Amino acid sequence: MSLLEKLDAAAAARKAQLPEGIGAFGIPIEESYSATEARIGKRRVLMLGTNNYLGLSFAPECREAAHQAIDQEGTGTTGSRMANGNYYGHRALEREFAEFYKYRECIVFTTGYQANLGTISGLVGAGDIVLIDGDAHASIYDGCILSGADIIRFRHNDPADLEKRLRRLGDRSRNTLIIIEGIYSMLGDQAPLAEIVQIKNTYQSTLLLDEAHSLGVLGETGQGLVEKTGMNDEIDFITGTFSKSLCGIGGFCVSNHPQLDQLRYVSHPYIFTASPSPATIASTRAALKLLQEGRLLRERLWQNAHRLYSSLEKSGYRLGPQPGPIVAILLDNPRQALTLWNGLMEHDIYVNLVLPPAAPEGKSLVRCSINAAHTTEQIDQVCDVFSKLHPIVA
Amino acid sequence: MSEVTQEQITALLCQRLANFTEIETEVSPETNLITHLAIDSVKLLNLVMEIEDQFDISVPLNTLVDVLTVQDLANLIYKIKSLSQ
Ligand SMILES: Cc1ncc(COP(=O)(O)O)c(C=O)c1O
Repeated sequence: MSLLEKLDAAAAARKAQLPEGIGAFGIPIEESYSATEARIGKRRVLMLGTNNYLGLSFAPECREAAHQAIDQEGTGTTGSRMANGNYYGHRALEREFAEFYKYRECIVFTTGYQANLGTISGLVGAGDIVLIDGDAHASIYDGCILSGADIIRFRHNDPADLEKRLRRLGDRSRNTLIIIEGIYSMLGDQAPLAEIVQIKNTYQSTLLLDEAHSLGVLGETGQGLVEKTGMNDEIDFITGTFSKSLCGIGGFCVSNHPQLDQLRYVSHPYIFTASPSPATIASTRAALKLLQEGRLLRERLWQNAHRLYSSLEKSGYRLGPQPGPIVAILLDNPRQALTLWNGLMEHDIYVNLVLPPAAPEGKSLVRCSINAAHTTEQIDQVCDVFSKLHPIVA
Repeated sequence: MSEVTQEQITALLCQRLANFTEIETEVSPETNLITHLAIDSVKLLNLVMEIEDQFDISVPLNTLVDVLTVQDLANLIYKIKSLSQ
């Protein structure tokens, strides 16, 4: 089979699996009106499937900062941080992230995906081990593959299973990087961080926590699960993204280990790519301020999350294990998930459709994500529609 | 499970894999995991965790790149198991 024939075969298999489902992926957004509304085709829809947790995508402070940066520094840096792309803004944002977490070091990457790729492949290599949660994000898997380390999975959110696998490694546990997430992107559940920290200390391993979905969402100042659980002194490396609660694009790694700085010289995903544009950096810096001061936004977000979760539960839906800004509805099969997704679209509500293998354990999901800018009326409207549509899945 | 032969591992895998897929098929050492059994990547990863627990070994995912058939997988497990003793 030629290379192109292989792609044709994969496309045919995809169409056969779910002929009408194709439209759900990469759906064209024609116009974006606000943090909660957009136009898809002719419909003005309520967006319940973004990662815009604090609703900052149109924040005046961030837009103003981005405008100014474009006017003063141009549209792009046209180069790597290691060459001509290392601007004042990049260094300032790194300082601000380090101060925010009260850690010594920070490196900013061009995307959150690259933050994981660059951090993991910089920390471990052939002969080392990565021990990753079974539900880890693709960027974590890809970073592990790039690193050349031995990759071992442990059962999702199961500290006893993690410990069993560390014990098997014997002395090699000291060369092991454990990787977990603050809030898991598909089911919305949180890692049992205190238990995992205790185990990693016992086995003298190193811990990397990806706060992609928990930054801005958990903790008094929005640091994430690390702050909520008071584990700041225990985590070796934290990665995260600007693309969700900060409404930009880019990623970071922070650490108290001074050795983090060395990654700048070895990590290809840091070196061999252009640095983030001045506008992106400027809006992210403004958003980071809003995030830290955003206690009220977090309160709104969590009120909305609890309201939706308990209403869906009452309607009889099977949900992810705990309430939060990601509310996953578990369906029996892809067809049922698609029927529910279509039903919601007919009522002008956009959510994410997640089918195997993207969802863990072969599950089919309708994934809602909630936002501090959603009004109570909007959430109630969504709850009504879900309640009406429940016979589809019954 | 200290002394386990390569044949025992192969037989155990064949047995386990027969219940693993929806496809009704006889599983032999030559069976290709992906093309014959249509095991997707997620199922394969979960199978690896089961194998690790059953034989009390670590099977890094990166060692699976050359595994195509049930026999390949059995060979890999046997090799890791022998090295760990
Ligand atoms: C857990 C996790 N890590 C990393 C990323 C990558 O982030 P980015 O969109 O900035 O590349 C994502 C987002 O998809 C994610 O869910």
